[in-house]
Amino acid sequence: MAKGCGEARFYRYGSACSAAHDPATEGGINLANEYAIEMLNITKKFPGIIANDNITLQLKKGEIHALLGENGAGKSTLMSVLFGLYQPEEGIIKKDGKVVSIKNPNDANELGIGMVHQHFKLVECFSVLDNIILGVEPNKLGFLQKTEARKKVLALSERYGLQVDPDAIIEDITVGMQQRTEILKMLYRDNEILIFDEPTAVLTPQEITELMQIMRNLAKEGKSILFISHKLNEIMEVADRCSVLRKGKYIGTVETANTTMEELSAMMVGRNVNFHVEKAEPHVGDTVLQVRNVTVASKVHKNNAVKNVSFDVRAGEIVCIAGIDGNGQTEFVHGLTGLEPLVSGSIEMMGKDITKMPIRKRSIMGMSHIPEDRHKHGLVLDYSLEYNLVLQRYFEPEFTSRAGFLKRKNIRRYADKLIDQYDIRSGQGAVTMARSMSGGNQQKAIVAREMDKDPELLVAVQPTRGLDVGAIEYIHKQLVAKRDAGKAVLLVSLELDEVMDVPDRILVMYEGEIVGELDPKNTTEEELGLYMAGAKRDEVKVG
Amino acid sequence: MKFFKNKAVQSLIASLVCIVLGVLIGYIVLLLINPDGAGKAMITLLKNFFYYPTAEMRREYFGSTLVKTAPLLMCSLSVLFAYKTGLFNIGAAGQYCIGVCACLYCALGLGWSWPLCLLAAVICGAFFGMLVGLLKSYCNVNEVISGIMLNWIALYITNSVLSTVKEPTSPYTYKLQGARGKAALLPRLGKINEFFNGNKYITIAVPIAIIIAVLVWVVLEKTKFGYELKATGFNKNAAKYCGMAEKRNAILTLVIAGALAGLGASFYYQSGIQQWECTATSVPGMGFNGIAATFLGGLNPIGTIFSSYFLQHITDGGTHIDTMKYSAQISDLISSVIIYLCGFVLFIKHVLNNMITKSEEKAAAQLKAAEEKPAATAADNVKGGEQ
Repeated sequence: MAKGCGEARFYRYGSACSAAHDPATEGGINLANEYAIEMLNITKKFPGIIANDNITLQLKKGEIHALLGENGAGKSTLMSVLFGLYQPEEGIIKKDGKVVSIKNPNDANELGIGMVHQHFKLVECFSVLDNIILGVEPNKLGFLQKTEARKKVLALSERYGLQVDPDAIIEDITVGMQQRTEILKMLYRDNEILIFDEPTAVLTPQEITELMQIMRNLAKEGKSILFISHKLNEIMEVADRCSVLRKGKYIGTVETANTTMEELSAMMVGRNVNFHVEKAEPHVGDTVLQVRNVTVASKVHKNNAVKNVSFDVRAGEIVCIAGIDGNGQTEFVHGLTGLEPLVSGSIEMMGKDITKMPIRKRSIMGMSHIPEDRHKHGLVLDYSLEYNLVLQRYFEPEFTSRAGFLKRKNIRRYADKLIDQYDIRSGQGAVTMARSMSGGNQQKAIVAREMDKDPELLVAVQPTRGLDVGAIEYIHKQLVAKRDAGKAVLLVSLELDEVMDVPDRILVMYEGEIVGELDPKNTTEEELGLYMAGAKRDEVKVG
Repeated sequence: MKFFKNKAVQSLIASLVCIVLGVLIGYIVLLLINPDGAGKAMITLLKNFFYYPTAEMRREYFGSTLVKTAPLLMCSLSVLFAYKTGLFNIGAAGQYCIGVCACLYCALGLGWSWPLCLLAAVICGAFFGMLVGLLKSYCNVNEVISGIMLNWIALYITNSVLSTVKEPTSPYTYKLQGARGKAALLPRLGKINEFFNGNKYITIAVPIAIIIAVLVWVVLEKTKFGYELKATGFNKNAAKYCGMAEKRNAILTLVIAGALAGLGASFYYQSGIQQWECTATSVPGMGFNGIAATFLGGLNPIGTIFSSYFLQHITDGGTHIDTMKYSAQISDLISSVIIYLCGFVLFIKHVLNNMITKSEEKAAAQLKAAEEKPAATAADNVKGGEQ
């Protein structure tokens, strides 16, 4: 009802780019050795999904090559293939023009391929030097010989401009220096091909500038660099060429000198088919949620994950926080729902200050929360479906007697009602263990539970993650129904389709800040992509 | 196959497998030490009170085993209760120990009556449990670490406090049967004592312990409190997400666990069956054996009634082993081998589950293959027809 499917949107880049840069034929015999590593026509399938569909990636010697794509575009799978963690069904990998077989990460190491992971793999209580030599410790008869290693590390750090203190302990040094340690680890092992997996995600702007300079130095010295990112401005600044993946498919490779951020953005987000959610004009009422100057600490690094965020959500509207994964959305929702304390700022709900209110009280006041991680927060997997359906209400007199005994009959009746109403399918009905249910039905159970609480404010975080089209349509319908019933809905989503179609207003979050407020009717996915990638930002006024 | 997928059946099978394995390895140990009397020794251990020639004596010693089962059951319930909330209460031993201190001092030092002594043991056990809970919730100290530390603290407090009420010529505390402690003896069961050949140590502790096991089951399965505790144990993130007071619940759980262990101490020492030895260098094994009983009982309060009895049965049986052929420690050694193996219940259950899943998959694959075969032949026929 709510969604008619089939509205097609074509992007001129989609086909044009792949034709112009047909990778299999590009290069030719004479230039065989121009490439340090070539991944040709790689196809990797998982049950029910093609993660990599005929992807070709050619990394020239001494170049910085960016790999761009949304979440789930297939970047990680491709890198796992390169590291021998997965074996592709089709395609070959060539090193210096020769076909090689990479069966496990050790093979990759021997070929000189090294990687800096997004989350560093360092021993926190070891020194920088110890971390660098870890696994390849120079020794005589089992006794460490660190003098040689120290000389080599110091020489490397001088040559590439990587300032580190070899004796500093990892947990005491900055994230930037930890990253330089990771880079030195690769150089110490004489790796020629260096992969950086979203290296700037945890860095401050100054550290990012430094990293860019280091990457240029490395490339100048003949190292080949693969730079995985979805931040367009960084790619434009540092990369020579950029390959784009979208939904497991290879879209094309462009020279950054001959392209624009808009073009890259369109290549990254372009879609052929788009589902549309039908909804009437919103009838906006009073302000339900008022967020002011909210700052939330990060759990992975020392910077704040959410910085000074302010906005309002009113009754009868769906507001969406859009953004690329890891830009502070998770932390913001944890702060909003009370799972984590705020560093500073205030939150008001229906005129009441709830900044320090316990979770249970927020819930009783009318806040519902469809959590991002249904297994971590949303469900007790070892409880039955009926017990999970009353997780937010078990303490109400309807389900618990005055003496503290559970009213199992009422719980069963209520569960059966929700199962019927929301069409939650499971093996044995109300008594099915949540663990044995399919992901879609688990999500439906959570949606049913949170919707049926009749909330004033519904916080839905990636409510359609990992669901099939039917379930997505269903959940979108439910969100719109809540809005039409005059409730406030705050949607947090990474899916561009969802961001464009479901909400009445879009707030774009980038690196923990709201960088733009957009009207989905008057914007394009390209424009949205620019905001999400940090290439564009506005001052957002509130209140 | 469905029968084996039943959780209760799986728990039972896993427990039985563990017992058989334990007995087998215990037997091998006996063979290694002295092959001569191994078979006889093992049978003696398993027979326990059947070792005695007359029916009266058998009943009497059966009674003694029951008396010792009551405190073990309480310790086991203490461990189980905490385990359901995701906490490992290794401190049960110390909570038990401080319970001994409280009830014996109140009895011998202060001359209080039995309900007051019992209450003192419960309160002191609960207090030690609370310490662990507070450290866990507010200082993020692992409950295993603080539990072990408090075990030692409890031991030395007990030794020094009870030294004030010990016999002048021995390290043992005064007997409760004496003038001072008489009021602290738990009430006996009259007719039932007669059935057990007048075993005077059988008190209300035995039936009450069983009633408490049932109560624990009711609390865990039927109440809101149990619902919250188990949710926290299964997934503490989800418990936090839906606004359960996880910190308060963790403290409350350990308070109750401590109270149960303290009550166990009262059940045992206020029966008058044993005196405390003030030179003890380790906490009584009751709390630790409680861990084994919890797992052997399939993490079910009712199951622990039986597992506690079994463990006490073999521990008592061990004391009858011929010390001419084996050293005096053999009984402890063999029963601890069996108890140790009982800790493997979860592992056995896991293996059992894997076996079932695999055989099911195999059956499903065969079924599928059988279905596809005729379909394939049919398809071939069609193709053939087209040609």
